[in-house]
Amino acid sequence: MSRETEVHTLSVPPGGTSDRAFLDVRDLRVHFGTEDGLVKSVDGLSFQLERGRTLGIVGESGSGKSVTSMSLLGLHPRADRKGKGGAILSGEIWLDGQELVSATPEQLRALRGQKMAMIFQDPLSAMHPYYSVGAQIAEAYRVHNEVSKAQARKRAIELLDRVGIPQPDSRVDDYPHQFSGGMRQRAMIAMALVCNPELLIADEPTTALDVTVQAQILDLMRDLQKEFNSALIIITHDLGVVAELADDIMVMYGGKAVEYGPAKSVFTEPEHPYAWGLLGSMPRLDRPVQDRLLPIPGNPPSLINLPSGCAFNPRCAYKEACGTACTTVVPELEPTDGAAKHLVRCHLPVETRRTTFTEEIRNHL
Amino acid sequence: MSIEDYRSEAISTTSVGTAASGTEPLMSVSGLQMHFPVRRGVLHRTVGTVKAVDGVDLTVHPGETLGLVGESGCGKSTTGRMLTRLGEPTGGSIVFEGRDITHMSQGQLRPLRRDIQMVFQDPQSSLNPRHTIGTIVGAPFAIQGVEPPGGRKKAVQDLLSLVGLSPEHYNRYPHEFSGGQRQRIGIARALALKPKLLVADEPVSALDVSIQAQVVNLFEDIQAELGLAYVFIAHDLSVVRHISDRVAVMYLGKIMEIAPRDDLYGTPRHPYTQALLSAVPLPDPDRKGEEASRERILLQGDVPSPLNPPSGCRFRTRCWKAQDICAAQEPPLMQIGGVRPTGVEHKVACHFPD
Repeated sequence: MSRETEVHTLSVPPGGTSDRAFLDVRDLRVHFGTEDGLVKSVDGLSFQLERGRTLGIVGESGSGKSVTSMSLLGLHPRADRKGKGGAILSGEIWLDGQELVSATPEQLRALRGQKMAMIFQDPLSAMHPYYSVGAQIAEAYRVHNEVSKAQARKRAIELLDRVGIPQPDSRVDDYPHQFSGGMRQRAMIAMALVCNPELLIADEPTTALDVTVQAQILDLMRDLQKEFNSALIIITHDLGVVAELADDIMVMYGGKAVEYGPAKSVFTEPEHPYAWGLLGSMPRLDRPVQDRLLPIPGNPPSLINLPSGCAFNPRCAYKEACGTACTTVVPELEPTDGAAKHLVRCHLPVETRRTTFTEEIRNHL
Repeated sequence: MSIEDYRSEAISTTSVGTAASGTEPLMSVSGLQMHFPVRRGVLHRTVGTVKAVDGVDLTVHPGETLGLVGESGCGKSTTGRMLTRLGEPTGGSIVFEGRDITHMSQGQLRPLRRDIQMVFQDPQSSLNPRHTIGTIVGAPFAIQGVEPPGGRKKAVQDLLSLVGLSPEHYNRYPHEFSGGQRQRIGIARALALKPKLLVADEPVSALDVSIQAQVVNLFEDIQAELGLAYVFIAHDLSVVRHISDRVAVMYLGKIMEIAPRDDLYGTPRHPYTQALLSAVPLPDPDRKGEEASRERILLQGDVPSPLNPPSGCRFRTRCWKAQDICAAQEPPLMQIGGVRPTGVEHKVACHFPD
């Protein structure tokens, strides 16, 4: 695999497959028809990712971050013509020049595991309790490669060794319940990496782990990404984890990206009031103890019945400053005047946003 | 009784103050043990014991917040359950306001339940789905046979507004509420009888970040208003730092280090505390990648099984400072860094503290 030049494209490329990013998602929509109405889990999401780069997707539960990753892998059953029984997908997902939204289940199956793979949050429920860890890793290898069982087993041992499982040649025959939580997550990573996928999606990979084990896994993921030069999407609600791994950050709210840009500028100069809220809600070990946290009032919205206009408006403290547009017009994801490629979806005038942030918010973060 | 009366009455019965040095402890725990027998085979013979909690010494002062941190399986939740006497310890003693409550029977404990209450991690499973909020929050009155002035309904509605819910929610069911609101209901129920000590076991870890901050603030507001003491059990080190006056770090059923908050986070003395603190990922992209891992103390392996903990110091198998003495002799939890008044000591269980 040739190491691509590190192009960092956030702006939409002008079409044509040649200059398309390795992963190029355009206006992705994932809707589910339910008895109560249409759930718009993901509603118009666009992003690009190159090999060797990491995108962090953050948001609260129900913001659509996991649905995004599932639809990239094509893991949602499709709805029938009446829009029942599954996901209604639209938009485009280009992975290395191939379009995935219109791909057949067979085409997707050939890609899954081989070209793209996923690390799930809970390895105990993502692994089959009845098969040994080694057998499950070997199976993933044999599906995509014509090799003998013995060769596949050798590959499984090799991978277990790479992810830091002690005595891999004997542990390969252990069952998932015989592994500790951290080891199980390592085995999951081994399973995802067995075919050298170029796109790796990690959905809350460390949420179920203790902090010392989390540190080990984050280290491992960083090393492996460097070694395999894969594109990595990390989905989490933990801003610390994102800051540690991601090059770019996308903040999601109510199925849409509300802020998207290079990690550094999203953390140091966040533009969206929701991003301010997320950063303000979080006590930080690297700062003096605050008197009070600054929570976001209210609750995350229902995806069936999103507030009109900006979905964040009922919880937004700066609603007054942008007038009626807030409740009537859905804001566009637009460039800020700050760092290049930093986009925000907010009606607040740029100057107001800037002064509010420097005068009121920054000191509290 | 209005909320104001409720608040002033509660304040007058407990002394308000943070790290209350010099005052009588509200609860003191010494040598607390909880060993669970492991039974196997047809005859259910005991083949071993899980030493979930193995000699814990703690004091809780009126009006303070004691944070209890540690990784999963370190015994922090078991400790919490014993402080509220939801379980009977197999050894050691728990003294609450001068009375030994270690082995009290359920009947003897009942009047005590007014003073010690608990908030659970999962608000979904700790609320009866078939009861209305009114019944749930009013249950402590019914069980204790207390008739609050103004009637139960009035008292429940006051409690609901105290925790930031609307009194109109009285007749609703738990499923009609979000996770954060359910946790508020759990808190209202725990506050009904004006406890002096509230044990909160991972009360915010199931909540989204923005909601977590709301509930943490609520805990602080309630303490400022009612003056009760908290034992706040959590694995999230930054939340514990935010809310606690003193913090105890547990590992494999023992306390490794206990100190006032700023001492523990500022100058951690125990290698385990240092490793734990350094492992927390910081939301600072400037310290990204290798830079962060260079400063990080990476512990090898996993926590050993509490079925068969290492001899001597329990942390020695993962400790970079371990020497022969660590395997031979268990380090006691000792005061270091000069003499300090009771309640604000910095104690460490290590042969080679920094």
